[in-house]
Amino acid sequence: MGHLTDLNLAEARDGLTKGDFSSAELTGAYIDAMSAAQDLNAYITETPEIALQRAEASDVRRKAGDVAGPMDGIPVAVKDLFGTEGVLTTAASHILDGFKPTYESTVTANLRDGGAVMLGKTNLDEFAMGSANMTSYYGAVKNPWKGADGRDLVPGGSSGGSASAVAAHTAVAATGTDTGGSIRQPASFCGIVGMKPTYGRCSRWGVVAFASSLDQAGPLTRTVRDAAIMLGEMAGHDVKDSTSAPIAVPDFEAVLSGDVKGLKVGIPKEYALDGMPDEIAKLWQQGADWLKAAGAEVREISLPHTKYALPAYYIIAPAEASSNLARYDGVRYGLRVPGDTLDEMYENTRAEGFGDEVRRRILIGAYVLSVGFYDAYYLKAQRVRALIAQDFEKVFKEVDVILTPTAPSAAFGIGEKMDDPIAMYLNDVYTVPTSMAGLPGISIPGGLDSDGLPLGLHLIGKPFDEETVFRSAGVLEAAANFTATPGGV
Amino acid sequence: MAYIIKGEMADWEVVLGLEVHCQVISNAKLFSGSSTEFGAEPNTQVSLVDAAMPGMLPVINQECVEQAVRTGLGLKAEINLRSVFDRKNYFYADLPQGYQISQLFHPIVGEGTIVLDLEDGESRSVGIERLHMEQDAGKSIHDQDPKRSYIDLNRSGVCLMEIVSKPDMRTPEEAGAFVLKLRSILRYLGTCDGNMEEGSMRADVNVSVRPVGETELRTRAEIKNVNSIRFIMQAIEHEAERQIDVYEAGGEVVQETRLYDANKNETRSMRSKEAAHDYRYFPDPDLLPLEISQELVDQLKAELPELPDDKKNRFINDLGLSPYDAGVLVAEKETAEFFERVADGHDAKQAANWVTGTLFATLNAKGIGIGESPVSSEALGELIGLISDNTISGRIAKDVFDIMMETDDSPAKIVEDKSLKQITDTGAIETIIDEVIASGPNQAEQFKGGNEKIIGWFVGQVMQKTQGKANPQAVNELLKKKLSE
Repeated sequence: MGHLTDLNLAEARDGLTKGDFSSAELTGAYIDAMSAAQDLNAYITETPEIALQRAEASDVRRKAGDVAGPMDGIPVAVKDLFGTEGVLTTAASHILDGFKPTYESTVTANLRDGGAVMLGKTNLDEFAMGSANMTSYYGAVKNPWKGADGRDLVPGGSSGGSASAVAAHTAVAATGTDTGGSIRQPASFCGIVGMKPTYGRCSRWGVVAFASSLDQAGPLTRTVRDAAIMLGEMAGHDVKDSTSAPIAVPDFEAVLSGDVKGLKVGIPKEYALDGMPDEIAKLWQQGADWLKAAGAEVREISLPHTKYALPAYYIIAPAEASSNLARYDGVRYGLRVPGDTLDEMYENTRAEGFGDEVRRRILIGAYVLSVGFYDAYYLKAQRVRALIAQDFEKVFKEVDVILTPTAPSAAFGIGEKMDDPIAMYLNDVYTVPTSMAGLPGISIPGGLDSDGLPLGLHLIGKPFDEETVFRSAGVLEAAANFTATPGGV
Repeated sequence: MAYIIKGEMADWEVVLGLEVHCQVISNAKLFSGSSTEFGAEPNTQVSLVDAAMPGMLPVINQECVEQAVRTGLGLKAEINLRSVFDRKNYFYADLPQGYQISQLFHPIVGEGTIVLDLEDGESRSVGIERLHMEQDAGKSIHDQDPKRSYIDLNRSGVCLMEIVSKPDMRTPEEAGAFVLKLRSILRYLGTCDGNMEEGSMRADVNVSVRPVGETELRTRAEIKNVNSIRFIMQAIEHEAERQIDVYEAGGEVVQETRLYDANKNETRSMRSKEAAHDYRYFPDPDLLPLEISQELVDQLKAELPELPDDKKNRFINDLGLSPYDAGVLVAEKETAEFFERVADGHDAKQAANWVTGTLFATLNAKGIGIGESPVSSEALGELIGLISDNTISGRIAKDVFDIMMETDDSPAKIVEDKSLKQITDTGAIETIIDEVIASGPNQAEQFKGGNEKIIGWFVGQVMQKTQGKANPQAVNELLKKKLSE
């Protein structure tokens, strides 16, 4: 047996079940790994004491034959956007300085109740706004994969800390949130699996809001099976979130049959953008071939409004964010920078508390909601959003699942694209339409580019049909047989 | 009655619309489980949602929805089965979310009507434009510290209904009558306690003026948060005169929000339209559109209590009351209920006379409301029963009533204890009449000589001798008979 940290979630679960090791041993190995990999800056807050305490409690439960669930005793990292009781919750923003919630988000409470062990809170783009984990008040996160010349790369974003931690084996798995691609794009950049479920599958209660109509929690894991297990533990209807779906959670792991015979797979022609790198186009074709070889029917489909998705997203998401972030005003919690009047206090606090990208989006959002611009921007964007959803609805009468690349490039260097927000926003060009339509999407590592960096394949499913997404992702994963790991792992 | 203000240049009429904020009676807030009870210690009724902690989400309180629907039905209004909550964005320290959740584009209740009862007995219909639900803000307290303000979030998130009238009113009296009638309906429905002093009902008044005969609406000013009916009427009078002065001096009225200062009896500009907030309204993405079923609406409609207009008609048509008495009795739910208990099994007209006459006068003199009346409705009914069955006369009943006001004794017991029972035994009355006639031969002569009014002297004598207990009708009849013999 190698390192305990080399075991994926399913393997660790099986090892715990068989009694090969205890949760305390497993957790201890991860605490050491986490501490050794601090250079990645994947964690904002490490919680080794909580982890050990929960691991020991898990071992006691297991001895008593009282295992709480498949993740009982499994050490996981939590994106620092989830409110965690008594543990610093920052959203990677200066404005939440010192904020320790008195409550636990529903998703992390579900995990905790299922026995999962929290290792710490992972770094992210400030308020989940970014695609490179460069906007965090707590500094950039490094991708454990290095550039050909050894230079440091971004892990993607906004769940960059979670992706980096899972790829570097400093957590078995991690929670993420995805608004326009924030689980899937970093999963692609870090060579791991990232699943954004259907909007409404996971409760948003207790998760710091970015764009309420788009935000959705999901797992970042090493394998499709791990993602299936973990999503099952995170998901579920929550009466505290009015947008949470009153739908039972299926046994996602049970659907991983490896069989896609007769499955209809759509390849959207609009995703073949000008300037798509050859390696990505080739991998995309390869993915289609793998599915075909496994007995699926692959056909071209059309999603005609695709090109409007990104511009519409960059109206709707900032509009909601500008309102959601109004509560950070220095009055009740977090940072307060005094001023002589209430307005001055607001201005001082928010100017110092928010970083550039957050301020940019608040300004854009306030602008598109203003009298005189609302119809031209916000309403029109909502109409576009409806058309995008209709595109998917139509093609899902013909196909069961859609295959696309996850991102238009592999991980890029830290500091790149920082002076060009549009180039940065283009990272989410393949993932945003799914988010706008509220559909489930998964990214799995498909192969390496010529620099030896991972590239992801993206599968999109029908609403609340994560089962088909997982089943086809399992087949792709087996075909791709992606075994590469970053140096040092 | 027309309300025309004579200016230098023209005769002016006022055009009035009202927006009334009514706090909904519910145990919990609109989007959180916190208590809504008035008067609790500051910040003791605040949930994580009310304080807008990160990641908190609103969940609609079904009870508030039903209260809004009931109110809509009470205003004979259209109920929208699908409505949408919007965010109204602005920064203030007592608005923790940085936005108020309201319903701008798709309110839960559409157009309706309210019938005003005016002083002269006339009634007049005023249109309701809409009713929507929204969250109340918290309270800022500025007088506790020279530099800082204190915030109480107990009220933050409490459900309000904003009820908007059409600009159908033309006199201050109508505006006052609108608020009175609205309050009456809300109290009948049990959807708002209508208590203006505690702020559970607050009115904004839209005022504009135009020369008589002009049909276009002119620019209006909105007078914010006027907290009594008297102030509403005063504020309108002053604002109308101010606007007329502006026009007659060759100026233009600007659209703005104004504040009524009751001490100085004037309105002052709060902010003009140019400085107005841009509230950046948009549909709240944390909430799904609010869908209610026709079945629920039908059920709530079937369960509605009888409302003042229907009750008034019933009092007139079934109980034979005058429109005036019926109007007075139904204006307040408590009065109407009191009256109905008094009239239960007794003569309704007599019950109405007692309640609107003797009871009101006595309570007014004591400065107490009908809820605190020392004489219960049941006891008053019993008293009326004693009159109807000739146990006591109406005159004696007034004395009994006075005693009832001071003691807990039942009217029957008082009549018994004080021996106030009416003498209906004609034999006994006859004996006394004979004595009286014998003691007044002159008066008897006058009666025979044609002075019929003199009979009053004989009645007075008989009543004196019987301490008022003789049945007045019997006394009259017997006297006439005996004096004519």
